Amino acid sequence: MKLYHITNNRATAVAIKDIPVVEYVDLYNDLKERMSDVRYHVGHYFAVEIEEGLKFYMILLDDETSEVLVTSFIPDYYAEGLASLTAVHPQFHPFEREINELYGVPFDSHPWLKPLRFSHDRRDKSSTMDSYPFYSIEGEELHEVNVGPIHAGIIEPGAFRFICDGEQVLHLEIALGYQHRGVEGEMVRNQNRLRQTLIAESIAGDTAVGHATAYAEVVEKLAGKQASEALNIERMVAIELERIAMHLADTGALATDIGFQLYQVACEALRTVTINTSQAWCGNRFGKSVIRPCGSNHPLTAEKIAMIRKNIADVRRRYNEVREDILEAQSLLARFDQCGLVPKSEMVRIGGVGQAARASGLLRDLRATHPWGYYANVKHNPILKHECDVMSRLATRMDEVLQSADYIEQALAKYTPDGAIPAPDYEAPLAAEALSFSLVEGWRGEICHVALTDAEGNIAKYKIKDPSVHNWLGLAIAVRSEGISDFPINNKSFNLSYCGHDL
Amino acid sequence: MVAVALSITGVINRTRALLAGRKGIRFFQHIYNVGLQLRKGAVYSTTTTALFRIAPAVYLGATMLAFLFIPVADLEPVLSFHGDIILVAYLLALSRVAIVLAALDTGSSFEGMGAAREALYGALVEPALMMGLATLALFCGYSSFADIFSMAQELNMNLSVVLFLVAYVFVIIMIIEGGRVPVDDPKTHLELTMIHEVMCLDYSGVDMAFIHIAGWLKNSIFAVIAANAIAVAVSFHWWFAAPLAILITGVSVGVVESLRARNKLSRNITFILTIVAMSALVLLTGFLLIQNIEI
Repeated sequence: MKLYHITNNRATAVAIKDIPVVEYVDLYNDLKERMSDVRYHVGHYFAVEIEEGLKFYMILLDDETSEVLVTSFIPDYYAEGLASLTAVHPQFHPFEREINELYGVPFDSHPWLKPLRFSHDRRDKSSTMDSYPFYSIEGEELHEVNVGPIHAGIIEPGAFRFICDGEQVLHLEIALGYQHRGVEGEMVRNQNRLRQTLIAESIAGDTAVGHATAYAEVVEKLAGKQASEALNIERMVAIELERIAMHLADTGALATDIGFQLYQVACEALRTVTINTSQAWCGNRFGKSVIRPCGSNHPLTAEKIAMIRKNIADVRRRYNEVREDILEAQSLLARFDQCGLVPKSEMVRIGGVGQAARASGLLRDLRATHPWGYYANVKHNPILKHECDVMSRLATRMDEVLQSADYIEQALAKYTPDGAIPAPDYEAPLAAEALSFSLVEGWRGEICHVALTDAEGNIAKYKIKDPSVHNWLGLAIAVRSEGISDFPINNKSFNLSYCGHDL
Repeated sequence: MVAVALSITGVINRTRALLAGRKGIRFFQHIYNVGLQLRKGAVYSTTTTALFRIAPAVYLGATMLAFLFIPVADLEPVLSFHGDIILVAYLLALSRVAIVLAALDTGSSFEGMGAAREALYGALVEPALMMGLATLALFCGYSSFADIFSMAQELNMNLSVVLFLVAYVFVIIMIIEGGRVPVDDPKTHLELTMIHEVMCLDYSGVDMAFIHIAGWLKNSIFAVIAANAIAVAVSFHWWFAAPLAILITGVSVGVVESLRARNKLSRNITFILTIVAMSALVLLTGFLLIQNIEI
């Protein structure tokens, strides 16, 4: 029996009738085996309301063959209940928690079906943030420290509950949902695609380009319009610029948190150059307005290309000096080395993605495994580190900055704009009754957008997954048995998104 | 001495700005800020008691009293009697107790952690302080600051190396007590890593100003003792010691804060114990030298 429809990240949208509707028992038995292999991980898993009840869709990624496996099932869950996949493979936990929160679907033997983000359309309105079921341990010598949801700095809201033995953290639980805005609902409520693009850019402010690219890809696949090579090159430059800017910011932020002024100011200065380059290109420092479906409002000109190449070469040279100094700074290494370990085995279990996974030796990089756009032409060689600590996550960032700068230089060196990039098209008709997904490696990791269209070709369901959804648990694991005062540097070394998680 | 107290923070800020390649804030910005706070009222948490309100006054009062016993080279201190070095040490301890109790009084888990850290480091650094003072007392056979430093100028120059080391010990004590890098980071906004700052999180307005002023006074006490120790060896005049006090502490703290990261919290204990060991060594060396000279 066919369990999956096999496609890939460059194919067009899948007609819903081509996606097999399987029995949950068969799927469960298959996944139990299949997901034990590290080459597979879950891209998305969600439920949609249909007449008969709920229809579940699941998207699996095969990192070895670049295949994407899509499947669906319509269970009679009131009769049978659904056996929990989280119990076998913890990487399913955010998805099962979300489905449970939204529709009240019971998952048998799920370790703890806690609410994920308290969305406005949750089923149980009596479950509120104030009644979040924090884990607690009884003990005379233990104490609980609650941080947030309002923080002293300028970061977003999120509640962190530590259980500590003196200065040592035994357990950290992270409760999110304070940033919930109902983005997924908003994407469907209004079919104006310019408006949808703007919303996509605001899913997570620090990943504006990443999420906008994911949205544009989804729409283009539905419209059956493939972006031209020139457009793909420009999109790659934009997303790599964003990666450089954010990795620079995080290097600086890590230096700030250990009170190391020198590297803090050096990185802040370099980040300013980078985001000002974005501004000179498109008028927005965070790259908003660069990515538009089926075209661009800001095609590169020869002058802009020269400006980007000059600035990025400068940033690369100066950052490399900072990088070499950092690798020799003893007081910094004393803080970062062997701090906040997330072993590869744990990263695999929780389904970690992106730069944090690569710092634990787990190869999760869509640019290499599921290339989209121009990445099919770039033989991307992901940077892997095996130390699994804060320093490892910093070192991954530092190397990726240099690598991204090289990609921008290589792409732009042989690129001559011919003025053939069209203006954005917000009206192109979309395929009806289809499922379209996009997988984009943002600076933080794997971004997955999924759209389902109805019989008229309108977007009927839009699901978004920010890499933070996977990686927040990684942070909780990293700080176990560390000193509580080392939490901030661990937090910065992941730098996860609150609003990307809360949507 | 008041000028020393007021200028150290300014010099630290200047040095940091210079090393960061920035223009930096005004030299007297910190004084202006405190002036602003003094004119404001205070907001109190509903969970606190009278203890919380009294603490800043005790903190400032105790520090101020200790401040009065310290001479600047040949300038006489305001107050002085035999054995006042012990009193100074305990006045500083009293001020610490006040602020620690106030932090516990808020019932906040951050402040509890901060109080625990401050109490631990305070207890650890005290031997260093006492032995540093003991070394000075040993050289002159007196136990009041005024006598020590007025007698000290007749000392044999062989002791000057020891005196420089005493100065070093006091500069480090100032870094620990003042909550500067590498022990603590006054610029951080991260409650979980703070030591001194976290205990003052619930204070505002005039109380906060008291705590800031007391902090300056405390820093200047250690800075001036360090400068006096050097002045004894070099040139015993207030116009030499006072600028020296500002410069050695201000510049060294500014440079250290720019050029290195702060310690892992658990390493701080090692750091402080090293200073204690060093002051013990200084005391011993000083003792041996004295014996030699007298024999």
